[in-house]
Amino acid sequence: MSDTVLVEIKNLTRFYGTLQAVKDVSFTIRKGEVLGFLGPNGAGKTTTMQIISGNLAPSGGSVTIAGHDLLDDPRAAKSQIGYLPEQPPLYRELTVDEYLDYCAALNRIPRVQRRRARANAKERCGLQDTGRRLIGNLSKGFQQRVGIAQAIIHLPPVVILDEPTVGLDPIQIREIRALIRELGREHGVILSTHILPEVQTTCDHVQIINKGELVLNESIEGLEHHMKSASITVAFRRPPMVEALQQLPGVKTVQAEKDGRMHIFHETGHNPTDDILRLAVEKNWGLYEIRPGRLSLEQVFLELTSAAGDTVTTEAPTITDTLGGRA
Amino acid sequence: MIFTIGLRELKSLFLSPLAWSILAVVQLILAYLFLGRIEIIQMYQAQLMAMDGAPGVTEIILPDLLGNAAIILLLVVPLLTMRLVAEERRNRTLSLLFSSQLSMTEIVLGKYLGILLFLLVLLVLIALMPLSLLAGARLDFGLLAASFLGLALLLAGFAAVGLFMSTLTQYTTVAAVSTFGALLLFWILDWSGQGFAGGNWLAYLSLFNHYKPFLDGIFDSADAVYHVLLITTFLVLSIHRLDADRLGG
Repeated sequence: MSDTVLVEIKNLTRFYGTLQAVKDVSFTIRKGEVLGFLGPNGAGKTTTMQIISGNLAPSGGSVTIAGHDLLDDPRAAKSQIGYLPEQPPLYRELTVDEYLDYCAALNRIPRVQRRRARANAKERCGLQDTGRRLIGNLSKGFQQRVGIAQAIIHLPPVVILDEPTVGLDPIQIREIRALIRELGREHGVILSTHILPEVQTTCDHVQIINKGELVLNESIEGLEHHMKSASITVAFRRPPMVEALQQLPGVKTVQAEKDGRMHIFHETGHNPTDDILRLAVEKNWGLYEIRPGRLSLEQVFLELTSAAGDTVTTEAPTITDTLGGRA
Repeated sequence: MIFTIGLRELKSLFLSPLAWSILAVVQLILAYLFLGRIEIIQMYQAQLMAMDGAPGVTEIILPDLLGNAAIILLLVVPLLTMRLVAEERRNRTLSLLFSSQLSMTEIVLGKYLGILLFLLVLLVLIALMPLSLLAGARLDFGLLAASFLGLALLLAGFAAVGLFMSTLTQYTTVAAVSTFGALLLFWILDWSGQGFAGGNWLAYLSLFNHYKPFLDGIFDSADAVYHVLLITTFLVLSIHRLDADRLGG
């Protein structure tokens, strides 16, 4: 991973009338990095991406792409970007080849190099056999690939993909993800999504945006750290009273579930595992399972984006966690 | 770059049946009118021969033919221009143009060029009719050139208005209807205020009054300037409107 900063965003804000869609967002993308942009619907993901791609003017703040300011020198800045909007901008009446040639021309690729650029983009997106087909007749997955091919045809240092896997079947999703990973090797990629596992499998860096504000900006390793919450899950054949565990030093809350399973939340610095083991043997509770609790990305996400921040309920029926403050 | 967009626009037009049917319908109707004028010449040939300083073939056919052509194209041009921006906005393909290295001016001029090229095809097809008379008659090329220049300027004005209307909305029908309304209004502006001396400025703004002299074979630079101003105004407005798309939202 090199250290070249490709995109630098400072204090970006955007108003729609009185509604502030993006509030003071700052971040950077380096070369060889895949940045996952997460957020619930209406959080400002698309707005941010539209601003970076030059489709929307910001109300305040600055965007610098490979050293070119997007507002002062839009042409140079835009030449460094490939953008795939939420809905791929495809002309249904053209064939894939015609369309990609047009995109190549729009991106000022010299005529002699267009064939090569087109062949290259098609190969990377697995479109070799569709060149002469009409875009309107292609399946959704292939249309999405044409959209990606359009974004990378001029080999831009920065590729912005707005929800690239929406509406695809699982095999196509896997292929697109592999493609994104591959793009991430040479380009800087910004990927917006609300599919959380996608971030875990494809991204190096995660940002969570909620109501226009960045609430998390972490590397995947940092996120892993976030996800190791201060909790232990234990299961007993002969479960004790909740109070018996509650009294242990460092334990904050204990939550009992069915089949003698319990979630124990403790203070970060004080892990009560040893005490529990000792007690379980002494009092013959029949301990048969003990493991450190891990929050799923879903839970981190919900915790960070829910307005209260304290009480988090997931849809998963077995886990109902009460997290004491932010993990 | 402008040329790239223009050519794609033209190509897209011909990929849909709309362009072909428009060419066919316009040609059919104008051919019918053209033949009607020829018939008149045939009927009155004897009288015309006897007359001193009788009007020539060109003079009998062209003003009438191109006068009607203008009215028909007033109906047709909105159908051609309506999809220019509105459809791209609808299909969300505008972002392709916005995120590539193009200025708004290039986008607008490119689209305008595309429609001009199509109108040029239309114009050539219309011109072929009077030119076919060369097989058996002599034509007044001065009048011919002036008339077609007038029609070309008029159509360019129509297209500019249509392009602007198309940038205003994402519904192609709305764009077509408002273009048609605006053009018709420009056309009939001279109908009111004719009785007054002061009402003349309205008449002066009328498209029709700046088209008619061309058909009489008069090339007045003021008329040409009127058309050029009209075109520039609407193109500049279109550029601003697209820019506002980026700023507003």
